[in-house]
Amino acid sequence: MSDIAKLERDILAAVKAAKDEASLEAARVAALGKKGSISELLKTLGAMSAEERKAKGPAFNSLRDRVAGAIAARRAELADASLNSRLQSEKIDVTLPARPEPRGTVHPVSQVFDELTAIFADLGFAVAEGPDVEYDDYNFTKLNIPPDHAARQMHDTFYVSRQADGERHVLRTHTSPVQVRTMLKQKPPIRIIAPGRTYRVDSDATHSPMFHQFEGLVVDDATNLGHLKWTLEEFCKAFFEVDKVEMRARPSYFPFTEPSVEWDLRCDRSGGQIKFGTGNDWLELAGSGIVHPRVLAMCGIDPEKYQGYAFGGGIDRLAMLKYGIPDIRSFFESDLRWLRHYGFAALDIPTLDGGLSR
Amino acid sequence: MKFTLSWLKNPLETDADAQAIADRLTSIGLEVESVEDAGARLKEFTVAYVISAEKHPNADKLKLCMVDTGGPAPVQVVCGAPNAHTGMKAVFAKPGVVIPASGEVLKVGTIRGVESRGMLCSARELMLGDDHTGIIELGADAKVGEPAARALGLNDPVIDVALTPNRGDAASVYGIARDLAAAGMGRLREGDLSPVKGQFASPIRTGLDFPAGAENAAPMFAGRLIRGVKNGPSPQWLQDWLKAVGLRPISALVDVTNFIALDRGRPLHVFDAAKLKGNLRARFASDGEQILALDGKTYTLDSGMVVIADEARAVGIGGVMGGEDTACTESTTDVFIESALFDPVRVARAGRLLGIQSDARYRFERGVDPEFVLPGLELATKMILKFCGGEPSDVVVAGAVPQWRREIAFSPETVKKLAGIALPKAEIADILKRLGFDVTEGEPMKVSPPSWRGDIEGKADLVEEVVRIYGLDKVPSLAMTRPQAVARPTLTAAQVRMRTVRRALAARGFNECISFSFIARAHARLFGGGDDARELENPIAADLDALRPSVLPSLLAAAQKNAARGFSDQMLFEIGAQFQSGIPGAQANVAAGLRAGNGERSWTKASHAADAFDAKADMLAALEAAMGGPMTAPVKAGAAEWYHPGRSGTLALGPKVLGYFGELHPKVLDAFDLKGPVAAFEVFLDAIPEPKSKSRARSQFAPSPFQAVERDFAFVLDANVSAEDVLKAARAADRNLIESVQLFDLYEGRNVPDGKKSLAIAVRLQPKDRTLTDAEIEAVAAKIVDAVAKATGGSLRT
Repeated sequence: MSDIAKLERDILAAVKAAKDEASLEAARVAALGKKGSISELLKTLGAMSAEERKAKGPAFNSLRDRVAGAIAARRAELADASLNSRLQSEKIDVTLPARPEPRGTVHPVSQVFDELTAIFADLGFAVAEGPDVEYDDYNFTKLNIPPDHAARQMHDTFYVSRQADGERHVLRTHTSPVQVRTMLKQKPPIRIIAPGRTYRVDSDATHSPMFHQFEGLVVDDATNLGHLKWTLEEFCKAFFEVDKVEMRARPSYFPFTEPSVEWDLRCDRSGGQIKFGTGNDWLELAGSGIVHPRVLAMCGIDPEKYQGYAFGGGIDRLAMLKYGIPDIRSFFESDLRWLRHYGFAALDIPTLDGGLSR
Repeated sequence: MKFTLSWLKNPLETDADAQAIADRLTSIGLEVESVEDAGARLKEFTVAYVISAEKHPNADKLKLCMVDTGGPAPVQVVCGAPNAHTGMKAVFAKPGVVIPASGEVLKVGTIRGVESRGMLCSARELMLGDDHTGIIELGADAKVGEPAARALGLNDPVIDVALTPNRGDAASVYGIARDLAAAGMGRLREGDLSPVKGQFASPIRTGLDFPAGAENAAPMFAGRLIRGVKNGPSPQWLQDWLKAVGLRPISALVDVTNFIALDRGRPLHVFDAAKLKGNLRARFASDGEQILALDGKTYTLDSGMVVIADEARAVGIGGVMGGEDTACTESTTDVFIESALFDPVRVARAGRLLGIQSDARYRFERGVDPEFVLPGLELATKMILKFCGGEPSDVVVAGAVPQWRREIAFSPETVKKLAGIALPKAEIADILKRLGFDVTEGEPMKVSPPSWRGDIEGKADLVEEVVRIYGLDKVPSLAMTRPQAVARPTLTAAQVRMRTVRRALAARGFNECISFSFIARAHARLFGGGDDARELENPIAADLDALRPSVLPSLLAAAQKNAARGFSDQMLFEIGAQFQSGIPGAQANVAAGLRAGNGERSWTKASHAADAFDAKADMLAALEAAMGGPMTAPVKAGAAEWYHPGRSGTLALGPKVLGYFGELHPKVLDAFDLKGPVAAFEVFLDAIPEPKSKSRARSQFAPSPFQAVERDFAFVLDANVSAEDVLKAARAADRNLIESVQLFDLYEGRNVPDGKKSLAIAVRLQPKDRTLTDAEIEAVAAKIVDAVAKATGGSLRT
């Protein structure tokens, strides 16, 4: 028996000593190969008597199994070691920067555009549009702005050169002509907002010759100033993402509304930041009013039967207030630093369920 | 419209202070822009008497003053003003007071070793003017210790109202008082408007001389002569009021007319009768007629302008400004007062064309009270008689007060219907009556606006009157109905498309710009524009004079500016309009973008110069975002003239161009002073077809259970064969089996003959009903090789 024990010890020592796959294979062949020591031992079983075979067979077989097991275990060890050493050699400097990927942005005006449409969609307002170059008739006349009104002068309104047909058109000075276009083609009830580019001959620290307005129009048989107030309150709460706002109404004058109302929002400007619903400052929010009966009539809607409200405000201004952007002129300068600083990520899509901003 | 509190309290009996009045004015639609209350602002500053002013012991330019401030002992003050002198009265600030100009608290200081316990102030330090050459010297009658504002005549708050153009009636202190009285802020005093009896017939008559149909140019012209006046300075109170609102007192005669314009909204004019030749009449100017006006300038008139003329010449521009030659002076003894009505539209036009802003124009163009022509004249007569003496003639009148009375049938329910406020009928009637309206009860009530409210036309105006006086803040907030329980989508397909493209491009790394719709004409020309039809008549700047024919020039100009700031690598895009002409609607929505530069430098060497294939990928990404699916239509070589002719392409569906892409033409880059490379794309959003199927259900998912096979082919082709032709031929070789064809290699050079190139494609075969045998695969492969050879003349590379 001691021979077998010694044989096992020697084989296991050789397996353990194997430093690589080749020497392990050599040890395996030496033990379990056709002419290997254990194979030779097993061959001796055939010449044995039944009793002797019964006595030695299990011992030889068990030796073979142990050796096979040891070889498998060593093989796994060697494989691990070799993988580990490969992995070691494959080490990289993970602090090197990632492959550059440009980071795109959405302009604040577009972002606020999407915020406005999300809020007003919930209130049932469709989004209406009109062209930037507009008929004098739609921009002024049908809005009850008489031919001699100061707003029509060249120092206020951009005029495009006379066209081949002799007509002379304007760059729309407000989004209100979209009201006209809507009423001319749609019968009440009407609920629209009309956001878009607008133009006035004005350029200084607080004015840009191009800016953005949004216009709201509701025409049905009952909508009045109370509904206007509610709409603007709900809009402000949703847009500024606050629980409470306080608005102040001032009688005003616009040719296309009667009565006309300007709305201010209570705010606190102390400490460099603006807070709504508190404080002693008032911020001009929107001009508005009940659609002038003459405007309804000129747009083919019976003012005895229908009424409604209209309001308008600045989109750039809303963006400036909400996101603390100081200068309206910077909106249109396409300064990459500005775009990156004030722009929004592509996937910052305003939704009512997820919140307008994060 | 500026006035002082004490002026307002002349026609308005009220105890309210300036702030309460200002708040109420704003709430009734007369928006207060500012309340300048120097008295309140400067209440800490007092009058002091300089007992002595000696040279400072340690400084040549400083003075050491002992000052009596009304306290028990004189105060020592170091003062740097050259005009500080013994015996003067000055404005004193004691330690602890905030100096307005600096916003700093004054402290007891030691100046060059001498203690100073206060300050004598200059006008600039008190923000009363720019003068900082010396301290303010008050009049000798100023009382030591009393507020300096009183001594400076600044204790009367000045209120400035921003009048909306419809409220001509409030372009006067009296008109504002009238509105405040109606709003419960006091009692209105009408003043004495009784006629003054004439002592003689006016030797000067007034006349109206207009062609038929144009009588409204000046419907009424009244006047009267006062002879034997003695013109001189007007009383101090009148000068103070005029000065407080920014007018320069001139002489009693002129100040009276200015006062009545501001106080009553009734512009008047006074002529020196000795300088007039014969009678006066209102008529149209003749074209080219000239007049030297009171502002010292000569104006050339046209035949649409109304003048007041004597028998020799025009002596005033009607409703705008009087003439210099016939103006009153210190030596005037006989004065003729003009009180007339002019057409607001013609006055506005004349003022605008001549560039004259005057108090008369301001009032006439907003509309004056037609009934106040004669009362205004009587008021002026009384004041002139009082200040200058003299003897009045009878009043002469040409024309008459035009018909202004009208009646509006008004149902009180209209208030609730339009404003949402339920008010009792009696309260509605009461408010209207307080505002001077005649109200006849009934259903509906009959309401007549007063003569001074030419702006009131209909029911809606009456509602506004009622609501602004009752209180707009009392309008209840009324919830609107929800048209749908769950809100429905409201954006049109085009609007959604625009939004998706925007976010897709931002996700690709583009920064969104919004640029002016107008650009430099020279730039517009490079993009097929710059014609007269797209020119602005009155651009804001010479280089913003053309409607843009493409969005790209806006982006190129931005890229140039950014490059100048040191940002050579840029990805900019804009979604906006480009204009085909200056006709409404001749514009199209475009998503345009550009990449400039060589890409961000990186140790990975992953970057490359922006090229046409970047732009192609950008264009396709935008199109696919817009369409919500893959864009498989092929592109054709070449694009618009602003692209590199050999490195640009067009994607079109039939005649509709959906997009351009490519590198920009070197001449265009030169014009924008850009050092290339710049690759750009334009996607014409309005040209993209709407999706045909509205079905939300997807087509059935039916993956083939049979093994797909991929085979690679490399073809040697003439260099000018387009890849698209190879791909198209390969795809068409067996439409049932070939699922996709991908081009994965382009090679020119060694082992490929000159003038040839090698293109390698991978073709994926997907059988649907059985596994392909080798023979079948070989058969398809042969078909592909044949098809490509036939279409392009190319052969399999061996």
